[in-house]
Amino acid sequence: MKTPSLRTLAIVCAALIGAGFALVFFYAPNEADQGFIQKIFYLHVPLAIVALVGFVVAALHAIRHLRSGDPVHDARAYVSIHTSVIFGVAVLITGAIWAKASWGRWWVWDEPTLVSFLIVFLLYSTYYPLRYAIPDRERQARYASVFAITAGAFVPLNFMAVRAAESLVHPRTFATADGGLPPTMWLTFGICFAGIAALWIVLVRFELTAKRTSAQISRLRRAIDGSPSPGGVGARIAPGAAGTPG
Amino acid sequence: MPALPLEEAGKYVAGAYVVFVLLLVVYLGIMAAKLARISRELEELAEVAERQGQAREEASSKQQAAEPAGVEEARA
Repeated sequence: MKTPSLRTLAIVCAALIGAGFALVFFYAPNEADQGFIQKIFYLHVPLAIVALVGFVVAALHAIRHLRSGDPVHDARAYVSIHTSVIFGVAVLITGAIWAKASWGRWWVWDEPTLVSFLIVFLLYSTYYPLRYAIPDRERQARYASVFAITAGAFVPLNFMAVRAAESLVHPRTFATADGGLPPTMWLTFGICFAGIAALWIVLVRFELTAKRTSAQISRLRRAIDGSPSPGGVGARIAPGAAGTPG
Repeated sequence: MPALPLEEAGKYVAGAYVVFVLLLVVYLGIMAAKLARISRELEELAEVAERQGQAREEASSKQQAAEPAGVEEARA
């Protein structure tokens, strides 16, 4: 199957996010219990799901890297984690705003959903110091892959543990006994989720393309004047990260 | 807690969406800076390649000009 170009993906992403946000404010009804503040749900929840899935995707790339030794998979794992950590920042900030409006507090330490997401976020925040503490690039890539796989396995386990735990204040929206969301909210959520997922893919491919170009420039520079790598954006990842974008 | 009135809830909702847009803008700004650096590096490389090409052309024309004189010297 032919992979759509970055430009096509960016246009689809912008259309989905625009349509999703329009549905949020002009189509989806206000929730009976929380009222207008529940509109944050359509941004916060897709961001959280996409960030967590992104960590698992990084683990899959890391497995492929360890199996094949191909630095392209390492670059994909790195960029997936990078983008998911940025999404994680957005999840924590939008969640804190929602918490303040709904519960009167910016953060609730007793709530397993919040604390578990913070733990996952902090875990992945240690990926960068771990990675760049290792000077040898091949070892760096190998250790980073082991980290990505271990942390990636922790994400679904963590999710299941949180679902099993009794929630104090954080709502359980999906698969609840009383039916969950009405169809209008489901449609709005679905479009928003597709838009945020498309945004994640666009950002990952955008960054991979930049890294690939930078790595090719380094190769070209070495070929022209025999000078060492200029240390461009692609050079921070293992050499040869100039593969096709995922 | 009871649902917040629209005026108050609107501030929080706007805040959440503005944070998302701001993060996106900051990220795109950083990526734009990286792309600008890549563009500068490409320009530098193009200049180096052009200079090397000119130097090669000059060297080959000098070699061609020096060749007949060398041949005459050898005959003498």
